[in-house]
Amino acid sequence: MDYSLSSLDYSQFLNMREELSLMLVILLVFVADLFLCKEPKDGESLSAQKKSPIAWVTLTLFTVHTLINLLPCLNGSMDTISAFGGMYQHTAMMTVVKSVLNVGTLVVFLMAGGWLNREENRVKRGEFYTITLFTLLGMYFMISSGHFLMFFIGLEMASVPMAALVAFDKYRYESAEAGAKFVLLAIFSSGLLLYGISLIYGATGTLYFERLRLAFSADSLINLIGLTFFLTGMGFKISLVPFHLWTADTYQGAPTVVTSYLSVISKGSAAFVLFTVLVKAFGADDLAVEWNRALFWIIIVTITVANLFAIQQQNLKRFMAFSAISQAGYLVLGIMGGTAQGQTALVYYLLVYMAANLGAFAVINVIEQQSGKIRIDDYDGLYNTNPKLSFLMTLCLFSLAGIPPFAGMFSKFFIFMAAFNAGYPWLVLIALINTVLSLYYYLLIVKAMYIKTNASPIATFRSDNGTRAALVICTLGVVLFGIMGVCYSYIDSLSIL
Amino acid sequence: MIQINCLLILSAIMMFAGIFGFLTRRSTLAILLSIELMLNAADINFAVFNRFLFSGQNNDGFFFTLFSIAITAAESAIAIAIMINIYRHLKDLSADKLDKMKW
Repeated sequence: MDYSLSSLDYSQFLNMREELSLMLVILLVFVADLFLCKEPKDGESLSAQKKSPIAWVTLTLFTVHTLINLLPCLNGSMDTISAFGGMYQHTAMMTVVKSVLNVGTLVVFLMAGGWLNREENRVKRGEFYTITLFTLLGMYFMISSGHFLMFFIGLEMASVPMAALVAFDKYRYESAEAGAKFVLLAIFSSGLLLYGISLIYGATGTLYFERLRLAFSADSLINLIGLTFFLTGMGFKISLVPFHLWTADTYQGAPTVVTSYLSVISKGSAAFVLFTVLVKAFGADDLAVEWNRALFWIIIVTITVANLFAIQQQNLKRFMAFSAISQAGYLVLGIMGGTAQGQTALVYYLLVYMAANLGAFAVINVIEQQSGKIRIDDYDGLYNTNPKLSFLMTLCLFSLAGIPPFAGMFSKFFIFMAAFNAGYPWLVLIALINTVLSLYYYLLIVKAMYIKTNASPIATFRSDNGTRAALVICTLGVVLFGIMGVCYSYIDSLSIL
Repeated sequence: MIQINCLLILSAIMMFAGIFGFLTRRSTLAILLSIELMLNAADINFAVFNRFLFSGQNNDGFFFTLFSIAITAAESAIAIAIMINIYRHLKDLSADKLDKMKW
């Protein structure tokens, strides 16, 4: 390959259309933040700048970005676009995943309004948007990577600013503690991952996924050690069970908006990337046997342990953390066997999970902002004071549990079918038993809201408009994604390996 | 001429010293140092593999080392910033004190 500068074709930057457009959004938001959000002058109260244009600027720009990138999604070109000698690779499926992440981020931005308008956060509203968009950009690069360097940079770009987001509430100790736990374990897992990649490089001499697939097999110990370190590092990022210990603390301590972002966007993109890398780089037949065997046990332990821990949680955010760990187990179920059907099921599951989980978090967030209450006991009798919120929360929890008319049931069905067809009936059976288990703890919250009575329930309040919009999007997703079979068949038409 | 084995053993020792330190140290700063040791072990691995096994074929290992050093620096910066924030709250940096949230 010719690396000389003169031969570099600059037009290939245009292949990275989504990344460029997001980069533009980030720059515009950054500059707008500089000029629009002025420091309060002496004597002027902070509440004077309560209405900040930065939220509107970000929402508008990001919506435009989402819509523009949805368009090529619809004409369904199946070609793999590649740039920079295969370092950057892009397929139509990746556009779908990026669009799912875009919509999820948009929902998070919508529900962030109330939290960002609080007095201690008002100064750093712009920072929140910029940092969040930077993590999203990192996920884009990670998803479209065709080389381990690109993959690693994307991963770090997604997880380093995330630590800043987790520790965003500077005056709340829990946020700092969550940030410390998150950042230390994130770097630790990066260290393991990096060591694994270095061993893979030593064994094969290449870091391009496509060449690795040919050069890499299970016949020597160093390859298996490399694969193990790689799986461990990714397990930390997706929070699969032996590596999940940071999750509950981080989710509980982080600001609720950030928790929702962490539990859906960050986790979902990492799961998709794990699929891509395992199939692309470790796709050799004898190696696939090895990682399937590893994932088999990881999934069983993940789903079971997370369910057992979720039952005994009292703090709702902590509860959602264990629920998210168990959902991650179902997501990874789509990776088993590395089939095209599994890829479709994974992306569809991610789409549905995004709607349901963000919806539940929007309710938790708005209640926390209004009343400061976060324990499950506090939700006793919520139906009497806030019937609409309780109803939406119930829809989302039913979807997470997989109760029939909602989308969650269809996504679970497809993911089970994919794993079954890949040849893992026992795994599907265990996952099914766990679904029943999970129904129990999701219903505990529904029971608290509808049946239990409370002497001092959460007062009736009106949610802010952003949260309302977020809830509408999520509810539409929960109800429609399941009934509209076109969603699944459209994703299915794009899945290629 | 130093053999490749010696350098790989060095990096393996560094890596596992890092993991050991991560699990046993009680100060968050010492934990951070242990993690740096792990990342540097991986960097040495990349450079050594490239220099001894693949010199002349490609430079992927060297490039990876450069990028990973930069990324590591960014990571430690943010970790230390968070620790300063913790110190403001607790006046202490011991990992045992970070126990407000558990189970």
